[in-house]
Amino acid sequence: MDLSSINPVLLVASLMVAATPILLAAIGELVVEKAGVLNLGVEGMMITGAICGFAIAVETGSPWLGFAGAAIGGAALSLLFVLLTQVALANQVASGLALTLFGLGLSALLGQGYVGIKPPPTPRLDIPFLSDLPGLGPVLFGHDLILYLGIALVAAVWAMLKYSRAGLILRAVGESHDAAHALGYKVVRIRIMAILFGGACAGLGGAYISLVRVPQWTEGMTAGVGWIALALVVFASWKPWRVLLGAYLFGGITVLQLNLQAAGVAIPVEYLAMSPYLITILVLVILSKDKSNAPASLGKIFHASH
Amino acid sequence: MKLTALLTNAAMVLGLATGVAAQDKTKVGFIYVGPVGDGGYTYQHDQGRLAVEEHFGDKVETVYQESVPEGADAERAITQMALNGADLIFTTSFGFMDPTVSTAKKFPNVKFEHATGFKRADNLATYSARFYEGRTVMGTIAGMMTKTNKIGYIGAYPIPEVVRGINAAYIAAKKVNPDVEFNIIWAYTWFDPAKEADAAKALLEQGADVLMQHTDSTAPSAAAEKAGNVITFGQASDMAEYKPTPRVSSIIDDWSPYYIERVQQVIDGTWKSTDTWGGIDSGMVAIGEITGLPEEVKKAAEAIRDQIASGELNSFTGPLNRQDGTPWLAEGETADDETLLGMNFYVEGIKAEMPN
Repeated sequence: MDLSSINPVLLVASLMVAATPILLAAIGELVVEKAGVLNLGVEGMMITGAICGFAIAVETGSPWLGFAGAAIGGAALSLLFVLLTQVALANQVASGLALTLFGLGLSALLGQGYVGIKPPPTPRLDIPFLSDLPGLGPVLFGHDLILYLGIALVAAVWAMLKYSRAGLILRAVGESHDAAHALGYKVVRIRIMAILFGGACAGLGGAYISLVRVPQWTEGMTAGVGWIALALVVFASWKPWRVLLGAYLFGGITVLQLNLQAAGVAIPVEYLAMSPYLITILVLVILSKDKSNAPASLGKIFHASH
Repeated sequence: MKLTALLTNAAMVLGLATGVAAQDKTKVGFIYVGPVGDGGYTYQHDQGRLAVEEHFGDKVETVYQESVPEGADAERAITQMALNGADLIFTTSFGFMDPTVSTAKKFPNVKFEHATGFKRADNLATYSARFYEGRTVMGTIAGMMTKTNKIGYIGAYPIPEVVRGINAAYIAAKKVNPDVEFNIIWAYTWFDPAKEADAAKALLEQGADVLMQHTDSTAPSAAAEKAGNVITFGQASDMAEYKPTPRVSSIIDDWSPYYIERVQQVIDGTWKSTDTWGGIDSGMVAIGEITGLPEEVKKAAEAIRDQIASGELNSFTGPLNRQDGTPWLAEGETADDETLLGMNFYVEGIKAEMPN
């Protein structure tokens, strides 16, 4: 065992990268669920975003256009979910699952010509002096912009939900769509916007995997991250900062356990491998003792005639 | 009335047509653990499937299901394939072993072939490649090329096939570089590019400058390329898109000849349950082009490859001790297949602990 070979600064820096895809997808899903819609298609939207972002970044040579394309791609796929659940009033659970299956297949099809191609590198923030600070530099100032965007989104969603009128309306729609409707709010329109936002965020998260974290395109490369993001929203009791905490905890322990393995720590590997799931769930369950409830209309179908 | 009669006739003709077609064609099914586009292990099996289609043309129909999880759900997928009329089913991952065994019991008239396992029945054959022979070549390169003397190894699951590879690579690396050390990470997945990339990064951050992998995606090579000054090896497939570096050589599984041979036997009615374990000599394991290395390293690796092919060199030749120091092979003795197939111990010198 040689713990000294683990560099804490590099560890923190890489845990932030590992956590970002989950964070982006989860914060988008949180807004969707706050509006009373349960979209289980996160995985499908992520993988679609991953290939859309990758393809556009490769074709244009610009990672930023790639990320923009990923957000549009994710949102476009969620439009299908909108059609099914908001227009055709189909069951949300079934539609979400279908969206995931469809997204996985569609991305494999779109990605046919992109296997083994290298994407243009996503530039990192490089602030003279600040990025070179020992310790803090690589952790705080040495990442790419999308990582900061993820954190900024958490803050923005939190502030929006807590302080703004728009946030109040969104929550009202999620808690009781009938009451919100009676007050004259456009329930369906608000939900559609929330779903599109969720799709765009999931798309960004997927592209973060294919453009920054791995970076390459491989079929099925999100490998279940979307499901983890979904679970995270529940365990974080629909609170933005807890989503951030949960994502960093999960990403952090994932990276830490790999580092511990590499350093040959005498903990059985099986325990290390399950630790990210276990510890994240434990911490968030303990935190949610205050019984923050799910949005009351979550998953229910709304029709103005009811 | 006329319309009904017409429809009935049409249906009968169609039914007849498909019936005839079904009798003519041999249906061959493949169960894959990852997506066919993984660029590695499953991709290579699918190349074998395509070779079967190409070789037999209209006589054979192939079907496949990708990304089948190992475990209980695999049985559903295999059963489904057997119910759909497959005559021969290849299940291509170690974790499909027990599901394949129990499905084979239920369908005595369907032939099954399970890759990398050890359980057989009258209608269940096993086949595998001696990937570890390739590891000996890669280990030689790794030992000669490392400057930090730390070699990172990403394993999927602690099963004999993977452990064998680690041991073979270590023995070869140690032979050319006595100071070499192996850092091993178990990913507990065959395919998860993000996790494989994270594992690669963790190993690189801890000073490894050579990465070996026994997982299926090209993600570790991508991570190595990003880090720079690191070499990697193609696993299962050539992974040529990372030539000349970081990928400096590769272990390629070539299943095509085997698949074609076995399908032919089913067509001829001569298929028997067998146990095939092909190595470099039979062509089932091929060493990918060696690129971006100094001439002497390339020469040494090619010499090892040729010695293994000619039978002059065995990857596991004594004197070798087990990790705990107990003797395993005496001077000049070589390992028997049974020990290799059930290998659940590290050889002496590897510091990591084996997960149970």
